[in-house]
Amino acid sequence: MSGRVDSGMAGGSVVTKIVIYGLLLFFALLFLTPLFVMLVTSFKSLDEIRDGNMLALPQNFTIEPWLKAWGTACIGLTCGGIKGYFGNSIEMVVPAVTISTLLGALNGYVLTKWRFPGHKMVFALMLFACFIPFQAVLIPVARVLGLVGLSGTVGGLIVVHVIYGLGFTTLFFRNYYEAFPSELVRAAMIDGAGFWQIFWRILLPASGPIIIVTVIFQFTNIWNDFLFGSSFTASESVPMTVALNNLVNTSTGVKEYNVDMAAAIIAALPTLFVYVVAGRYFVRGLMAGAVKG
Amino acid sequence: MAFLEIKNLQKRYGKVDVLKGIDLDLDKGGFLVLVGPSGCGKSTLLNAIAGLETISGGDILIDGNVVNDLRPSMRDIAMVFQSYALYPNMTVAQNMAFGMEMRGVPKPEREAAVQRVAKLLQMGHLLERRPSQLSGGQRQRVAMGRALVRDPKLFLFDEPLSNLDAKLRVDMRTEIKKLHAATGTTIVYVTHDQIEAMTLATKIAVLRDGLLQQVGTPHEVYNRPANLFVAEFMGSPSMNLLTAKVAAGKGGMMLELAREHDAPILLRVPSSVVQTKLAAGQEVIVGIRPEAITDPDGADRNSTLVETVEAKVEVVEPAGSDTYVVTHAAGREVIARMRGDADVRPGQRIPFAFDLGRAVLFDPKTQVRLA
Repeated sequence: MSGRVDSGMAGGSVVTKIVIYGLLLFFALLFLTPLFVMLVTSFKSLDEIRDGNMLALPQNFTIEPWLKAWGTACIGLTCGGIKGYFGNSIEMVVPAVTISTLLGALNGYVLTKWRFPGHKMVFALMLFACFIPFQAVLIPVARVLGLVGLSGTVGGLIVVHVIYGLGFTTLFFRNYYEAFPSELVRAAMIDGAGFWQIFWRILLPASGPIIIVTVIFQFTNIWNDFLFGSSFTASESVPMTVALNNLVNTSTGVKEYNVDMAAAIIAALPTLFVYVVAGRYFVRGLMAGAVKG
Repeated sequence: MAFLEIKNLQKRYGKVDVLKGIDLDLDKGGFLVLVGPSGCGKSTLLNAIAGLETISGGDILIDGNVVNDLRPSMRDIAMVFQSYALYPNMTVAQNMAFGMEMRGVPKPEREAAVQRVAKLLQMGHLLERRPSQLSGGQRQRVAMGRALVRDPKLFLFDEPLSNLDAKLRVDMRTEIKKLHAATGTTIVYVTHDQIEAMTLATKIAVLRDGLLQQVGTPHEVYNRPANLFVAEFMGSPSMNLLTAKVAAGKGGMMLELAREHDAPILLRVPSSVVQTKLAAGQEVIVGIRPEAITDPDGADRNSTLVETVEAKVEVVEPAGSDTYVVTHAAGREVIARMRGDADVRPGQRIPFAFDLGRAVLFDPKTQVRLA
């Protein structure tokens, strides 16, 4: 009797598994479909796109749309492709991510290991920065950038992203360093290390996981930003996202879906790259063994 | 002049007094153990000596220099932390050399010092490992090595053994004692473990609620506790503290301990007290350690003040080397320490030998020991 009950339950669990994995597979395919369509479309000629099925694989495989999107597509009045704007974005995102991450680490270090009267208030105010809607500061920021002579430049955009990112990076690092054993800092003090030496030699080397998290977060946010990019830049200094919009939303000529798709994929590649590369180092337990065991 | 002097040291956090005027000194080569229950201020005191905590009043002198406002690194001290606080991203050798590196000691000199200490602590094979690859005992050893390598004036230990298992703790205790004997360093050591305090110290300071209760050699603190708190805190099992009444007897004053369903126990006054200071009818607390209550054969033959009393055995706790026998007097349990092979069973009436040469009396009101 008990055998029958067991086999019945085993059968039920197989059905459950089929249902679960079936659903998972279905939704996985569903979510992958747009990427698939983008990829196949970017390798088709315009004629094939017009005549064929959206989901069909390319009959005459061509990388012409990719080359055009990168080098010769017309954006606005210039026809130099998106490569210049891609460069703008890199030029913006690398310093903005580096500076905001370093400053966040420094803030977290001071807010946890060098506490001063009112440190809680300062942290609360910095957190507040995470909740200010972008739209609310557009005009003041534009005005300030104008006053300091940074309007319409990549430099201005870097400043805006660093300031806006500080709330988040500080939050990340503060919470990470809060759990960082203070005895290590005290030991370093007795060993004669100063403020900066403790930061560079003790804390930063032990911050691998949180640096990765912050870099992924900041890189994705800044790279994908559209609002600041379109508000604070002139036509030649716009970042990738804005250029992509200008390319796709052009109202003149034939709509080149294959070029648009290729450009969109190029625009998405860096964030994808950061996930793939940095994700590998996203390992916990770097601190294992520092304290106790 | 003492090597380490602490004068009227005070520490306040807001309105909370953590240290309420501590006066302590330690000679060169001494081993001072700060002991007390958690929250007594012993770690704060150690951190104040280290310079990791600012002080609210008083003076700290190391080797004759006032160090009140000096940064930790300028005080020429080294500290071993409870969690060992090894830098996780550095090898053992780098950990040990970090302090010298920060002080600008040239590399060959640093390496020589690391090798010397590694040899002393027998951990040469660990030098290239990272802290995460070490066992608890090895980390403890590295933490001590890091302190030793700089050859500072003063060593501070903050409960260094409390993260180790029982056996390792005893081994490391011996190791620290050997190290102290071999190097002649001056050590201030914080612990809540009174056995560690007894075995290691040349001088014990018992703290409670930010006040020193007693400072003295382990022998003094154990045998002549200054007050009831110290008497109870030091020793395991702790001292029997029994309320007694002073009564005038034939040969002078006697101490009377009431018992339920039994005649009161009459004891002579311990030799540590001047009899004439006691008045008949006065209440006192008799403090007598378990090892001073034995079977009559086990009593100290040189003591002139042994009293044998018959009492009923309530509980017998064999502990291998000794047998602890529990009886009742003056409304409290009384623990006696008998031989390991003593044939005692609960319910029996057996003679207990009280060695009053080793007993002390306390005033129940002030809790201070009577002399």
